Amino acid sequence: MGKRYIARREFIRLFTGGTAALLISFNTGCKNKISQWRYLNEDEIRLLDAIVEQIIPTDDFPGAKWANVSNFIDKQLDTNYRDHQPAYREGLADFQKSVIQMKGEKFEDLPFAEETAILENMEAGKISGEYWNNNSPADFFDMVRQHSLQGFYGSPVHGGNRGYLSYHMLGLDYPNVIGQNRYNDPGWNKINPKSPKNVK
Amino acid sequence: MIQAGIKSILNPPKMSNKHVNAVVIGAGAGGGVVAKELATGGLTVVLIERGRWHTFDEHGDDELTSQRTFPLKCGYGPDNERNWRMSPDGKNGWRKVFPNDWSYGNIAACVGSGTVSYGAMAWRYQPDDFRLKTKYGAVPGSSLDDWPLSYDELEPYYEKAEYEIGVAGDPSNDPFAPPRKRPYPMPAFSYNREGIILEKAAKSLGLHPFPIPMLRNSVRYNGRPACIHMRTCVGYACPVGAKAGTQNTVIPVALKTGNCELRINCMVSEIIVDDSGKAKGIKYFDADNKLQIQTSDLVVVSASASETARLLLNSRSKLFRNGAGNNNGWVGRNIQDHAYTGAYGLFEDEVYDDAGPGACIAINDFNHRFTDIIGGGVLCNEFIRMPYQFTSIRPSGSRTWGKDHKAFQKQYFKRHIAIHGPVQEMPVFDKKVEVDPVVKDFWGIPVARISGLRHDNDIKVAHFLAEKAEKWLKEAGAIHTWQSVPGKESTPSQHQSGTCRMGSDPKTSVTNKYGQLHEIDNIFIADGSLHVNNGGYNPALTILALGYWVGDHITKSWKGTGMR
Repeated sequence: MGKRYIARREFIRLFTGGTAALLISFNTGCKNKISQWRYLNEDEIRLLDAIVEQIIPTDDFPGAKWANVSNFIDKQLDTNYRDHQPAYREGLADFQKSVIQMKGEKFEDLPFAEETAILENMEAGKISGEYWNNNSPADFFDMVRQHSLQGFYGSPVHGGNRGYLSYHMLGLDYPNVIGQNRYNDPGWNKINPKSPKNVK
Repeated sequence: MIQAGIKSILNPPKMSNKHVNAVVIGAGAGGGVVAKELATGGLTVVLIERGRWHTFDEHGDDELTSQRTFPLKCGYGPDNERNWRMSPDGKNGWRKVFPNDWSYGNIAACVGSGTVSYGAMAWRYQPDDFRLKTKYGAVPGSSLDDWPLSYDELEPYYEKAEYEIGVAGDPSNDPFAPPRKRPYPMPAFSYNREGIILEKAAKSLGLHPFPIPMLRNSVRYNGRPACIHMRTCVGYACPVGAKAGTQNTVIPVALKTGNCELRINCMVSEIIVDDSGKAKGIKYFDADNKLQIQTSDLVVVSASASETARLLLNSRSKLFRNGAGNNNGWVGRNIQDHAYTGAYGLFEDEVYDDAGPGACIAINDFNHRFTDIIGGGVLCNEFIRMPYQFTSIRPSGSRTWGKDHKAFQKQYFKRHIAIHGPVQEMPVFDKKVEVDPVVKDFWGIPVARISGLRHDNDIKVAHFLAEKAEKWLKEAGAIHTWQSVPGKESTPSQHQSGTCRMGSDPKTSVTNKYGQLHEIDNIFIADGSLHVNNGGYNPALTILALGYWVGDHITKSWKGTGMR
């Protein structure tokens, strides 16, 4: 188990390094003139990053922000989820306004635990509605929650789940070489009566 | 065939498309089989499909566009850009829904249709499923009836489907298996880790576990290789073609005869019925969205329970103001699905087995064996739950986000088992498919709208079966279990059926026992629409068998120029 854990950390370290290099070259090349996002803007992405990181937070595995979940959502808003564009634009703005009114600070600048408490209230519909125009706060939260889960657990081809992070987290081999897990997995021999170990 | 061919050369039709004997609408389970039966029987056939060919490579193992979970889009059709429906909005009105919305009631649309991406369970219905009303009596609030067709009559056609499409199974441990004359053509699949655990538990409860029969090669069969156990099987195409669908069995046979032309990306808008009440062919939009006419001697509709009903309802003529064959108002009525019920169990040790498709073990102990339970259903372990799908599998009251969510995913993704079963639904006359009076699709064809609630009996049986499933999981050593029971609201999707049911009484059914419309003798139905009730099993094999049954009847009564 220990050995495997190191392998995971190694994997994550390698990936983080690669992305940092990419971001640096991006920034020096283009300054801030061209957004790397398709629909959302930088401010919206900063807020969205904080929300999705609450949905799937970092523990011993990276969370949704590292997994590029905001990138997934942005990409979908430009393709499959075009219908959700107004819900995000208005919802993020309304949400930020309510938070600033309550706390005097932007959501993403608050301590993690305070963010959690705000979202818990929002999920339960217990958040001031005065800034909310077209979205219900609870519906908006549930939409972002669903999309975050899709971005974290779905295929990386859609822009999230960087490097199949969630598959590694769940112990699902990827790429899937059929059979490999059985050779790696001592538990299989215990249960399968036909495995060589159990044949006397 | 030669006669018909010469006839069409001597008398070229005035329409742009050459006249054929039969148009078959929909290249899924029913239509693929009928096209093959007619083409090999010597009729000229145009098999018309609104979707196209799909391959595994195109979709890969992408969970978000599978046919199982499809938040982004339905990988195997229909597309969101051209196909929408109306669904009750819960406030006595309607809302527009797209195929990737659960309320749409999606069923795949491509060559092979659901048989490309299905889980491929190969169930025969029980003899009692064909005579439910006789067995249990009338059920208040339900339009329940017997099939005009007995199990014994359909049995040879089940067998034909099992051999031509290819089924792996072994009923010897199932004392409640429907009678059969020949064994399955392929040996059964072995149990995966879940199956091994559940087999032991079922036996200690005195139940009778057995391997699920599958339309999937356990050994090389029919020129296709054996299963390679993809974890992404149900909801996805098979990368090696081990899963049998009409697209890799009967449709290629039909095309090889030279009698059958497959036209893909073609959306049928209407069956042309003349003033004497005979079908003359169809109107459809071709791949360039241009309106075309295809004349034929007969028309077979196998477009799925919702789309078959929609097409008939949209085919209005002088004698059939309310749609083809619908003067009694029964087209589109009684739509059924399955009230999926069951339980989940969490385990201390890993029970996950990366050998797909996952579903492998079943019990038939709770079907037609209790006088106070009408019908029932089979119970099986569930197909592999992929990571996104697993995010919604939680005991009630669980946190669905945050660190608790993540901890649950990590702890239980490989330590849970799901047991589910399809409860046989009681047909309800007011659970129905209609066409919307205003809303039209991309081509300008009035869209379907599906509404109505399940019968109370479905919920009762669902509770009964969920309890059995939970008990089974507990016996297997689950440390925590919970039931998952459906409510009355449902939108029939992949198992939809019943909208053009067959019957002996033309007043309370749409077709006769051969799938022939009571009112228009050259229009046939060959899909789940024919089901009088939908059994307590996945319906694919029954739809395939009915394809053979209807096809056989047509070829036997065909005289070269029309029906005998």
